[in-house]
Amino acid sequence: MAEAKSRPVSPEARRPLSPHLQIYRPMLTMMMSIMHRVTGMALYAGTLLMAWWLIAAATDARAFATVSGVLGSIPGRLVLLGFTWALFHHMLGGVRHFIWDMGRGMDHPEREYLAQATLIGGFVLTLIVWIVAYMVR
Amino acid sequence: MANDPDSMRTSIRQVRYLGSAKAGTHHVWHMRLTSFALLPLTIAFVWLMLTLVGKDYNAVRLALGSPAIAIVMLLFLLAGIYHMMLGMQTVIEDYIHTEVAKTVWLMANTFFSICIGLACVYAVLRLSFT
Repeated sequence: MAEAKSRPVSPEARRPLSPHLQIYRPMLTMMMSIMHRVTGMALYAGTLLMAWWLIAAATDARAFATVSGVLGSIPGRLVLLGFTWALFHHMLGGVRHFIWDMGRGMDHPEREYLAQATLIGGFVLTLIVWIVAYMVR
Repeated sequence: MANDPDSMRTSIRQVRYLGSAKAGTHHVWHMRLTSFALLPLTIAFVWLMLTLVGKDYNAVRLALGSPAIAIVMLLFLLAGIYHMMLGMQTVIEDYIHTEVAKTVWLMANTFFSICIGLACVYAVLRLSFT
């Protein structure tokens, strides 16, 4: 991307720029925007676990037992629980973006409902998946 | 001819008439494209994980190596890793403003994504062909 070179101008002379996060009162839609980015970055890191698991499965039974042991431990399960939630939260955030892309859901009550639906939906789907996981185990 | 401190001119004048960056909507479109593909693929992936919970090594190998599952896994991995590479690129461009650091981080992002993608794809293919 082409970038304009900043010229030496005294700070006082600078035109006001658009304010950043700390200026605004926190609100749900803003928090959900931040969470979308945070969960995205968490999923990015989570691909390391995915790669480890797949490579172990492709290696041998011993390597797979190591991964299974780590992921099956209590801290491992907590990480996977967080992974599941991040995945669903980010997925529903993506659905919200599709709705916006079609030009809908941007006005006042709808955008709040969408934010709430993303938040609650992420928790509910995570809970359902983990209940099923414990049942089929 | 630095900007006159009293001037209200913005820095747009420094880039005007230089032409576009020729990248335009490519990034955002690929973000949407992969994100649309990832909706069913993510559901399929979670479904697959649920069928594998508590299964032993041979059962997991057999499942991941079967054609339909391997193909869905490969689609999920490729779409997902391309999507995350684009996403992290946006984050880097948003928060890192010095040219050298930005370039280094963008390179690191690309390298990480390609390495992790290749490793995952290799593992799935190996499970399929051994």
